[in-house]
Amino acid sequence: MRLEPKPAPTLAVTLLYPVAAVAATVVIASLLVLIAGANPFSVFGLVLKGAAGSQFALMETLTRATPLVFTGLAVAVAFRAKLWNIGAEAQLYAGAILTVVLGTGALPLPAIILLPLMAIFAALAGAMLLLGPAVLKVRFGVDEVVTTLLLNFVMILFVSMLLEGVLKDPTGLGWPQSQKLIAEARLPRIVTGRRLHCGFVLALLSAIAVWIVMKKTTLGYEMRAVGHNPEAARFSGMPVNRILLKTALISGGLAALGGFSEVAGLKGNLTLDLSPGFGYSGIVVAMLAMLNPLGVIVAAIFVAGIFVGADAMSRTAGVPSYIANVMVATALLTMVTAIMLTRYQVRWR
Amino acid sequence: MTVLRLSSITKRFGPLVANDAISLDLARGEVVALLGENGAGKTTLMNILFGHYVADEGTVEAFGKELPPGDPRAALDAGIGMVHQHFTLADNMTVLENIALGTEPLFAPRFRREAARQKIRKLSADFGLEVHPDSLVSALTVGERQRVEILKALYRDARILILDEPTAVLTPLETDALFATLRKLVAEGLSIIFISHKLNEVMAISDRVIVLRAGKVAGERRTADTDRKALAALMVGQDLVSPPVAPAVTGPALLVMEHVSTPRRGTGIALSDVTLSLHSGEITGVAGVSGNGQAALAGLLSGLETPQSGSMTVQGHGPDGWSPVAALEAGIARIPEDRHAVGAIADMSVMENVISERYRTPRFSKHGFMDWKAARNFAEEIIRDYDVKCPGPDARIRLLSGGNMQKLILGRALDPEPVIILANQPTRGLDVGAIAYVHGRLLEARARGAAVLLISEDLDEILTLADRIVVISGGRLSAPSARGERTVRELGELMAGHAEAAHAP
Amino acid sequence: MSEAFDILFQTTFWVAAIRIASPLIFATMGELICERAGVLNLGIEGIMVAGAFAGWFTVYSGGDLWAGVLVAAATGAAFGLLHSTLTVPLGLSQHVVGIGVTLLATSLTYFTYRLALPEVTSPPKIEAFQPLPIPFLSDIPLVGPALFAQTPLTYLAFITVAIVAWVLYRTPLGLAVRAAGENPSAVEAQGISVTAIRMGAVMVGSALMAVGGAFLTMSAFNSFFFEMVNGRGWICIALVVFGSWRPGKALLGAILFAAFDAYQVRLQQVTGGVVPYQLFLMLPYLLSILALVLVARRATYPKALMVPYQKGER
Repeated sequence: MRLEPKPAPTLAVTLLYPVAAVAATVVIASLLVLIAGANPFSVFGLVLKGAAGSQFALMETLTRATPLVFTGLAVAVAFRAKLWNIGAEAQLYAGAILTVVLGTGALPLPAIILLPLMAIFAALAGAMLLLGPAVLKVRFGVDEVVTTLLLNFVMILFVSMLLEGVLKDPTGLGWPQSQKLIAEARLPRIVTGRRLHCGFVLALLSAIAVWIVMKKTTLGYEMRAVGHNPEAARFSGMPVNRILLKTALISGGLAALGGFSEVAGLKGNLTLDLSPGFGYSGIVVAMLAMLNPLGVIVAAIFVAGIFVGADAMSRTAGVPSYIANVMVATALLTMVTAIMLTRYQVRWR
Repeated sequence: MTVLRLSSITKRFGPLVANDAISLDLARGEVVALLGENGAGKTTLMNILFGHYVADEGTVEAFGKELPPGDPRAALDAGIGMVHQHFTLADNMTVLENIALGTEPLFAPRFRREAARQKIRKLSADFGLEVHPDSLVSALTVGERQRVEILKALYRDARILILDEPTAVLTPLETDALFATLRKLVAEGLSIIFISHKLNEVMAISDRVIVLRAGKVAGERRTADTDRKALAALMVGQDLVSPPVAPAVTGPALLVMEHVSTPRRGTGIALSDVTLSLHSGEITGVAGVSGNGQAALAGLLSGLETPQSGSMTVQGHGPDGWSPVAALEAGIARIPEDRHAVGAIADMSVMENVISERYRTPRFSKHGFMDWKAARNFAEEIIRDYDVKCPGPDARIRLLSGGNMQKLILGRALDPEPVIILANQPTRGLDVGAIAYVHGRLLEARARGAAVLLISEDLDEILTLADRIVVISGGRLSAPSARGERTVRELGELMAGHAEAAHAP
Repeated sequence: MSEAFDILFQTTFWVAAIRIASPLIFATMGELICERAGVLNLGIEGIMVAGAFAGWFTVYSGGDLWAGVLVAAATGAAFGLLHSTLTVPLGLSQHVVGIGVTLLATSLTYFTYRLALPEVTSPPKIEAFQPLPIPFLSDIPLVGPALFAQTPLTYLAFITVAIVAWVLYRTPLGLAVRAAGENPSAVEAQGISVTAIRMGAVMVGSALMAVGGAFLTMSAFNSFFFEMVNGRGWICIALVVFGSWRPGKALLGAILFAAFDAYQVRLQQVTGGVVPYQLFLMLPYLLSILALVLVARRATYPKALMVPYQKGER
């Protein structure tokens, strides 16, 4: 078997591959549904209904998609430069911590000033958190995959420590949770009575901003060059290490904005279950989007839909909601295979 | 007695026909040279013979039996041994382990080290292939590594030995030793296919020559009945005319190095106490066997390496904050040795590649935003001016041939009319047409007053182009000599590390 | 502070250290085999989860303990097959595929768990491996109970290290594996399939990772619960680097690490809640990062690690 490079396919063909990957995922998930003793058609019908069957469902899906857009963007930016940031989970929590620190009354400011300030400091916290592994990578050659992964565990312990210590809610009846944000620190809802909040708008704007950076700026060009071939980039005079550090700052900042948006927009306080693996799902989102920032929006909504739909489905059909996690993981693997097939021809002789 | 027969082998890679109905046979105790330019199809043919590739048509027969296609194991078992151009040795293992790899049943409970050691010792002694069986391969010189490759084949009792460009990495002295070994092997009844593009070596070692050109057999001659000139004509498809090189008009020194040493990096050879000046209107050739400090010298001019001691001035300025950007700003154009890994970003487009050294200039970006329109126009300009065959500015570089990729790199480097040009192995792996093109462009640059540093392992290339020649060996440079001042033999001695002082009065 | 020092002379401390080391030893050997053949296997964390469940569930369903170990190994090998099919012949990014395999193995495990045991609130228990003291040797003070009064699975961990070391350095197969991770073309040129060697190494390595996971549910504890692997897989990846890809050094690293882990648990008790316990729990992860930083400069990676190989390519 050999792989031979082939010319870039047309846009239509390129779009066909994610569709094929999703189709393959559905087929594999159907097998599991059959094993679970249910009918795949009715189960996926329920998933679809739960994800997009009503205005309420759709709003829930978009709400769930919001943090995924942020972590998806964080991963997409980092992976473009081949900076393997698997720590979006920790960076998201870093953002959440700063949001709570600044938003529970420490700064008595009007919302119009307070919210941007919180967002900026949240982003900075996430940026700093990823800067560490990035510095270790460029200075000492330490693989950032392992360091960012390990920091996820450190961070959740750190959050636990804060929630039982300095950030503990005195009225929380012993639950590890922080105080509620003050009213000025809450992101407004988009539609009254629904949970969808302005964090979603911020996510869309971030995606557009990242798209502009990647496509139109010298930094985006440098990041792509470093990702494809750092040696050639260095030869061309690009400051490879500096570019990687900048990438880390942007990536960590984006993931942390997800934490800000979740706390300020949805939850109102910080708990240990703020993120059910948004950081890891962000990897899937980014890959499904083929690292395209605008594609991240679509992919995040798709992945969120699977989670929201599967939750609704499992309540009625009795298939464990973990089917959603299985589908998301499978989609990741089928998608990387599909991306490879857009670039290479498999020859059997 | 025919030991090996290839019958009308055809191999296509997409639209390219690498081998077109090639037939070849080899007799016992015979040395057949397979001669041809780069890209003529020699290596592809041998990869088919050895089972790395599967031919689209044709068969391979060894000792009367047809080999199953695509099975290196079958080729090995049939007694075919191959010494690849790029050594296939694992650096983390010993000589013995490399040689014995794959010769015992994989799932044997232990591997018989002592028996292997005895056999290797004997083979070493019999054929003059001196190398210690328990040395780590990473500690060996290039010449020793090649001996290990030959031992690998002999250890498996190979009766047919294929050597792919075996002398490319050897000094003239090492080449002589290799030839002595090959003669011993032939005396033992082995048959040898010797792949080369060097005419004098082919004349020296072979009984018969088969010339390949553009994937076809261009001719076959008994070595005794032919000469270099005739073979060259067959190889190129026309009478060989050396390009006319006008005498140099030497101007002022543009780059001066005095007693420069560079820091050691890993196993690479650093420069030590190098003094060299590059003059306007002159091509300075650096001859030498690969791995003798060329990488450090090229790195220094490219800005990737900084002098540890000694001084370097570029047009009168010191190398403060020396970096690739500083080198570019000082007007140094760089043509890197490895165009795939360093010269180009294979998965980016032609447009994105041609601006990689100048994307920060106002021509291609303003306030941090790229001007892709300007980049596209520039790419189209380079494609047109440098005769690059490609679908357009958006084509991925990966899909370009070696020659076209090099033209693109040449265009990128030469377009800003640089005053100093570093050309490191600029024609390696290119076909005749592309080589002539590259040489022409370098001579053109010289004519408009540029100082060119040409690093090449191909002595013929140096002799043709260079106005002044220095030899690099062990990180040191010899004193320069003018065109024609030293004989090939003298240069060879210098390449082997024999200091000139010994001969001087 | 003498209390903190006394811990080092407690028998229970060393017994705990070796017990904590055992799953790490299995999984580290597994990862080491993969990386020696040139494949980074980030599926390790998920494969350990899957192995932990598969072994436990086999016994829970009425199987023999050793049958549980075998089922765990087979489960690991199956995920290894998936990983290596994508990364070796197809040459996909080992980072992304590894993360994907971890996510898939973890979610499939949780899915199966919920499917098989929909009603349970507290995790059901099994009759796990019991300590099997070796006569005489286990009577040696301190060392005896630590090394010779453990469960059979711990003994198997140590035997595994010896076997891995023997195979890598003393057998023809080991030569091929090491060469595949250094320069695959050397393997191909000697008539051995790089694809077969690499896929085989990843499958065997993954099987060991799964047995490491099974140790948690079948020897260290006696039930399966979510998030029980808790980053151990990632720590093993650090241990492989720390051990310079050598089985003996990696074993030493695993024991050192486990001793430290056992020590911090005891130190928590000694300090008696003055310092937040989370700080102690963070230490193993921070220590792994520190270990990576310390060795990274002089680490000699297998040269072809993470480099996909195509036949006839040099």
